[in-house]
Amino acid sequence: MAAVEQIGRAGKAPAEFWTVNRLRIAGIVAILGVWEIAGWSGLFFRGVLPSTVFIVGSMAELLMSAEFYWHLAVTGFEVLVSFIIGCFFGTLVGLVLGTRKFTGDVFEPFIHYLAPTPKIVFLPILLVLFGVGVWSKVALGAISAFFPMALGVAAGVRQVSAVLLRVGKTFNLTTMQTVRMIYLPAMVPPIATGLRIGLGISIVGCLLSEYKLAKAGLGFLAGQYYESFAVAHMLAVLVIIFIFASIGNVLIEKYVRLPGPGDVKAHR
Amino acid sequence: MTMPQSASSPHNASGGPGSGRGITIPPVLARTLFLIVAIGFWELASQIGWINPFTAPPPSAIWGGLIQIIQAGELGAAFVRTFLEALAASAIGSIGGIAIGWWLHSGKKIGVAYTSWVAAAASAPLVLLYPLFLVIFGRNSSTIVAMGALGCMPAIILKAKDGLDGVRPVLLNVGKAFSLTPRQQFRMIQFPAALPVIFTGIRIGLLFAIINVVGVEFLIAFGGLGQLISDLGDRFDYPAMYAAIFFVVLVSVAFFYLTEKLELWLLSSK
Repeated sequence: MAAVEQIGRAGKAPAEFWTVNRLRIAGIVAILGVWEIAGWSGLFFRGVLPSTVFIVGSMAELLMSAEFYWHLAVTGFEVLVSFIIGCFFGTLVGLVLGTRKFTGDVFEPFIHYLAPTPKIVFLPILLVLFGVGVWSKVALGAISAFFPMALGVAAGVRQVSAVLLRVGKTFNLTTMQTVRMIYLPAMVPPIATGLRIGLGISIVGCLLSEYKLAKAGLGFLAGQYYESFAVAHMLAVLVIIFIFASIGNVLIEKYVRLPGPGDVKAHR
Repeated sequence: MTMPQSASSPHNASGGPGSGRGITIPPVLARTLFLIVAIGFWELASQIGWINPFTAPPPSAIWGGLIQIIQAGELGAAFVRTFLEALAASAIGSIGGIAIGWWLHSGKKIGVAYTSWVAAAASAPLVLLYPLFLVIFGRNSSTIVAMGALGCMPAIILKAKDGLDGVRPVLLNVGKAFSLTPRQQFRMIQFPAALPVIFTGIRIGLLFAIINVVGVEFLIAFGGLGQLISDLGDRFDYPAMYAAIFFVVLVSVAFFYLTEKLELWLLSSK
């Protein structure tokens, strides 16, 4: 019976798969086709929508230049440091808000309502405080990453089973032991979500501040290409940024979702 | 960016370590007291020189800056402009988003093929594409509105599809029994039934639209509140710049609060 079912599934699956796949290929072809036709149609100024061939060529040129890697290193440093700082403080504050009811009731609304505000408007303050170098970008990226992490961790803490906490009390665990042995392992999924969102918006925070005012970085480079109307190069930088952002997302998805030591127990 | 679920989420029944210490001050009062103490401390620290009053002006100077930009008419004009741009972006995003959501819902294989693309776009840093829109539309309101619409559309598409997918089959069968045309079915049954879920998407989308509109205004120094902040910073008028920044934060918070209440009301009356 099982064998018959298996054959049935094996027989059905390819037909559906290929239809969806064909649709996806058609979608990609349509997007590229519209782009190329729009570029050649004369509806836009010459060079505004360069052919994808030129964009790929510009990408190859960028990837072979040493200058590009300097800008990449600057942006990578800003994103990494801001992400670590934002997530560290986000986790800390989220743990406090989630475990202390009164503190959560008093302070969580501040974070809840400040989270969806446009953080880029804080850049002038950060420029005054930290200058035009990397640290103002790090600060903005950290502020951006802080909010989803704090809210995610606070919500995750509240999902931890009360039974586990009572078991911890029975074993006379200290607050730190409770956090390390019960809360953190049980909160792998919300932490992973917070990390993923935090990474995305710390990249946005750092790059937008580079666009506005910087001396180096991929945002700065894209801005330079925009000002000199090198659109193919500018788009190549944007494509590379999107590729790196996607790789970061995939890595977090792959490695942070791994269950922690107490994860299975926590979800029973 | 994340959309927080609820400020009033229940805490763990056990309260966790350190909870339930018998504090009886209402949270609202404690919150207000904290704000008063924080503002008072800032004022004092700035007045006695602990904080550099040039880089972080005291709250009294910021209040003066707020009055100054209100009286000069800058804040009002900038607010109206940002509001109209965000409204236009949201309208375009909502109409486009609901249409695409319906398209993904109606074609099952199309939904399977492209929903993951929309989900990827929803989490992608789309605002970074603004230089592309600048070269297409130029440095004007069209770029700002296009960026706002682009920012809000993925969330609306996903929620519209979710809402339409979740319409109870019994309602659709009633429509069939009355021989409704597909258009009537959508207008009289599917859309009203999916509206609470679609509204959640519109609410999230509006927030993204505001974030993108203000952000792009600030970056290209054109338009409403974002440009005002950029200009005041360039003029080194820091008290007024802080006032404009706090105003943007207050507007965002007020908007988020009101739409959240409206969404709760819609969901409860479903």
